[in-house]
Amino acid sequence: MRSERDILVIDDEQVIDQAVAKICQNDGLSVDMADNGRVALEMLDRNRYHLIICDIMMPDLDGFEFLVQMQKQMIATPVIMATGYSTVENAVKSLYCGAIDFMPKPFTADELLSIVHRGLNYGRLMEPQHAAGGGQQRTLAYVPCPPKYYRLGYVSWVCVEQEGSVLVGMGDMFLKTVEGVKSIELVSADDEVVQGNCCAVVTASDALLHNVMCPISGRVLEVNTALATDPSIVEKDPFFQGWLYRVVPSELDYELQQLVSCSSDRA
Amino acid sequence: MFKKIGFKLTIAVGVTALVTISVFAYFNIRSDSRSLLLEMERHANQLSEVVKSSTEYDMLLNQRDRIQETVKRLGSRSTIQRVHVMNKAGEVIYSSDTAEIGKMVDKNAESCYRCHSAGRPLEHLEMKERTRVFQMHPDSARILGIINPIYNSPSCYDADCHVHAKDQIVLGVLDVTMSLGDADKDIRHGQIEIVIFAISAILALSVIIGFFVTRWVDTPVKELLMATQHVAGGDLNYTIKEKGDDELGMLARSFNNMTQKLSDARMQLFQSDKLASLGRLAAGVAHEINNPLTGVLTYSSFLLKRTQNQPEIQEDLKVIVRETIRSREIVKSLLDFARQSVPKKSEADINEIANRALAVVENQLSLHHVKLVKEFARDVPKVTVDANQMQQVFINLMVNASDAIGPEGGTITLSSSLLSLSPIGITQIKKAQCPKRHSLMYPDVRIDGKPSIRVKAKSNGNEGYVYLDPMYGMVGHQQGISLDVHKGIQFVCPECASSLMVEHKACPDCGSPIYAFEVPSKGMVEGCTRMDCKWHSWEEVDASVHKEFVELKIRDTGCGISKEDLPKIFEPFYSTKGQKGNGLGLAVIWGIIDNHNGTIRVESHVGSGTTFTIRIPVKP
Repeated sequence: MRSERDILVIDDEQVIDQAVAKICQNDGLSVDMADNGRVALEMLDRNRYHLIICDIMMPDLDGFEFLVQMQKQMIATPVIMATGYSTVENAVKSLYCGAIDFMPKPFTADELLSIVHRGLNYGRLMEPQHAAGGGQQRTLAYVPCPPKYYRLGYVSWVCVEQEGSVLVGMGDMFLKTVEGVKSIELVSADDEVVQGNCCAVVTASDALLHNVMCPISGRVLEVNTALATDPSIVEKDPFFQGWLYRVVPSELDYELQQLVSCSSDRA
Repeated sequence: MFKKIGFKLTIAVGVTALVTISVFAYFNIRSDSRSLLLEMERHANQLSEVVKSSTEYDMLLNQRDRIQETVKRLGSRSTIQRVHVMNKAGEVIYSSDTAEIGKMVDKNAESCYRCHSAGRPLEHLEMKERTRVFQMHPDSARILGIINPIYNSPSCYDADCHVHAKDQIVLGVLDVTMSLGDADKDIRHGQIEIVIFAISAILALSVIIGFFVTRWVDTPVKELLMATQHVAGGDLNYTIKEKGDDELGMLARSFNNMTQKLSDARMQLFQSDKLASLGRLAAGVAHEINNPLTGVLTYSSFLLKRTQNQPEIQEDLKVIVRETIRSREIVKSLLDFARQSVPKKSEADINEIANRALAVVENQLSLHHVKLVKEFARDVPKVTVDANQMQQVFINLMVNASDAIGPEGGTITLSSSLLSLSPIGITQIKKAQCPKRHSLMYPDVRIDGKPSIRVKAKSNGNEGYVYLDPMYGMVGHQQGISLDVHKGIQFVCPECASSLMVEHKACPDCGSPIYAFEVPSKGMVEGCTRMDCKWHSWEEVDASVHKEFVELKIRDTGCGISKEDLPKIFEPFYSTKGQKGNGLGLAVIWGIIDNHNGTIRVESHVGSGTTFTIRIPVKP
């Protein structure tokens, strides 16, 4: 008999398991804990979860292997990777491997709640009953990113322009999971942004703060100033009018390899 | 000793001299003794003519006693051994040796043999045939004999004595024999002289050659050998001091140059390695600290949320959360250091940055009685650098210099200049793609530490990979197959197999086919498929002819750095300042300069000071 639970936390550090559990339970969510990937897979057999929060560096079965095992067993539950700053590159790779988002450790309770909120929304949006037209041609609940774009999970995208600079913006799915953008805090021109690090903070209408992970490293050439006056542009047209930065990339070729090509999404 | 090149060369020269001088001496001795013998022959002939003419009158008068007396007197001379006259029958009728008179001479005796050997006696003999050289005993002196036939003449057969008939042709023979003892002594003397001359010439030649070979070959080779042993032992700072201007001197200079470059390369490699391990260490520490920090941060921030109605706890909790977030930032910056975070580059004037750095340290320097000398070149172009990082580099180096100078005071000279270096061998190809935009860069095979450019080569029915040297103009290529440029060589993209060959064009140097690939936004690079041909073409770089660098030197008159320490100074945690420094200074400086595609070098002599040279490319 499979019971339905909200969240499964996988971390070899019990203190983190328990902290995540307590914070989420306080928000009315049901949480299970697993010490390692193998236990987690057993629990996935028994129960159904809406969201998994998984550490990358674990003894025995690490985060990547866990993702592979999940794919093998056709478990579609969204996974958020939690990792230290030391493995930002790994985190970016984990998104390539199928995780939907990642959370740098250490995190505050609010940061955790924001990302869990998004993760649960993501799971809901991806469920079949949310797709209109029930049973026939399945339409998506969000606008996928245009071809030739590259995306970092579902959070942000990058588009290579003719002149060698790139445009960076937030994905439609990300904005849908945020549920209503109130304001966007951006870095200024000439600042450096780093792939996998936070490059903007979105304040949602429910006052939660959402960090936007930058898809690419480089120097900010230009900031979309229109967003300061009218942040709703990003929701209306996230892939064109709603761009965040024009960036001079520093490691474009290498970093593009870590991102998912939107052209391949459509294939 | 026998294996030494100097010894071998000396022996070779000695043997050559021995052979030539011996041949010369042999012919010299031979011709000398021959001319001496000829001289003796002529002398003997003259003598026999004298005997003949001086006895002729007495013969006509048939005064035998007088003839015998003349012969005897002549024969008593020391050089003349014997004079005797034989009649036709072979009887000795006159002789310097009276005991011989009346004896018959055997026709086969050496003096008679010439004429009588042919059966019937010869009547005319050439001068050469009339003389003979013989020895009575093997150990006695050589003897020269000359026979002089006495011919019949009207005065003989008309004489009153009627001894000789008219039809006789030869009446008798005058035989004079002379001892060659003196002449042979002279010849032997000459031979000994020549042999002595030859031996001393050979010895002198060998000694002189040996001296110069030792000086010009042996010593420099020994020095080179010692240098290679030092280098093989790991001492890359060893330099050869005595350098002539010959080929060996050039070799020594080129050797020094090589070890210098090797030392630089090792230093850079070593640095990368050190920084990489430091990065791993920091990453490991960060990961270990991150987990407990997560516990603290989550619980404290959670507590903060739950206690919103308890303001007195809130205050304290806020401090905990704030400080934990600060710790998080510290861990992050530690990792940023380990990663040598991307420099925030912009166009800047290096002189201005140096001036700003000077302003920071000026006071401290004047307190330490350090005199500052600025030698800035005026028209130094702007470079793309992170001004803050650069300033930090200059400040660090000047503080180090001031520390090296110590309390007695000294001078720090800061100079900048524009440098122009040939692009060949210093421009690295970092991106390369085929016509279908597949990247050809292949980091798994590195040439000189840099990712190579991989292409697939087809030649003579074989197929394999060729790894091209990413340093433009260098030919350190590596190849998995043997290539024959004459048998339809083909370079293709390893991914899509599209051809990289340039049609209708051949290498201007060797005529081999040409390949080309694109460096995105920097044009096409062309090269020769003959792997050892140096021909290259890259408009973008060739047009610039020379690559420009801004060079900044910081020279101090301090205590200097010892040779043993010099290779270690860029290592993390290396410090001579004891507790004062943290040993990260120069390692960080190295990392910063490396991130700017620049180079940093140090030269130092204990007691006279240290110079740091930084080069930053004008166009990165």
